Amino acid sequence: MSACKEDDPRIDGIQSRIRVVPNFPKPGIMFQDITTLLLDPKAFKDTIDLFVERYKGKNITAVAGIEARGFIFGPPIALAIGAKFVPLRKPKKLPGKVFREEYDLEYGSDCLEMHVGAVESGERALVVDDLIATGGTLCAAMNLLERAGAEVVECACVIEIPDLKGSDRLKGKPLFVLVESQ
Amino acid sequence: MFAAENGLKGDPRLKGISDSITVVPHFPKPGIMFQDITTLVSNPKAFKDTIDIFVDRYRDMDISVVAGVEARGFMFAPTIALAIGAKFIPLRKPGKLPGEVISEAYELEYGKDRLEMHVGAVQRGERALVIDDLVATGGTLSAATRLLERVGAEVVECACVIGLPEVKGRCRLGGKPLYMLVEPRQ
Repeated sequence: MSACKEDDPRIDGIQSRIRVVPNFPKPGIMFQDITTLLLDPKAFKDTIDLFVERYKGKNITAVAGIEARGFIFGPPIALAIGAKFVPLRKPKKLPGKVFREEYDLEYGSDCLEMHVGAVESGERALVVDDLIATGGTLCAAMNLLERAGAEVVECACVIEIPDLKGSDRLKGKPLFVLVESQ
Repeated sequence: MFAAENGLKGDPRLKGISDSITVVPHFPKPGIMFQDITTLVSNPKAFKDTIDIFVDRYRDMDISVVAGVEARGFMFAPTIALAIGAKFIPLRKPGKLPGEVISEAYELEYGKDRLEMHVGAVQRGERALVIDDLVATGGTLSAATRLLERVGAEVVECACVIGLPEVKGRCRLGGKPLYMLVEPRQ
């Protein structure tokens, strides 16, 4: 189950700025493009404000963002709530010692990495990405944080595709989204 | 030009920012002293100071576009854009941006790569910044500048947290001003 902010007046503006691009990256996929949201300073600010209002004062010490679109939303949230930003990256991008988590794709598998020492045991963390689909990437992200001993408080995304039931793959942790899409 | 030569000489925030960067020798290959900014973004004070310095510099310059280079530029540019009321434009590796894009090639040490930008994201005459974590040869920033200029934007400045020795002593890159906060750590 996910929590969604349908009742807030800022949501309409945010939803209207998201552009759907058919058949990208392959036929049959209706791609939810957030770059048009980023072109509207008020809508982008409202997006960040909605997350910050939810998480400020909740003792969150780490905001993990998934490469690359999670890098757009994660840092402004982290800075506003006084938390560290932790980039979760594709393989071989982070130098030094890393935790590595593999996860399944529709065809094949992919991999997410986090620095060893990025979070300490007992830290309270969020995972941020632009969108949750099947939940596979978010689940891998949560595993990385938990392997380092952090507590994942919540996953936060701008968009959810509810039909794909990604919220069921979050190991019982809550999901917070601003917009639901078909 | 470096921040210390341009109004911020002795600013204690610059030392804090420099100290928060980790040097990783021989990454991604032997001989490279990699400047790792993940320890900077993991340090709330250093990260905030970094953003504040850029925001203070650009807030009154009538900038309406802040372009960030994938992926580490994405960690800095959006917050700067939000603080100065500008739009954020991601400049991405090929095939990542959906819809219509323009593309610009640039040289790597071995081979070439390409940077893409959405058509219609930027209007003619808009004043733009380009942000990345680090500038080495300037190839990527030059490609970014060309993309923006092709659609008629005016690139006011390119800005990076770290400036490598190849650009030391230079105030301009491809005809555009270049602003950097710190030199690489040894």
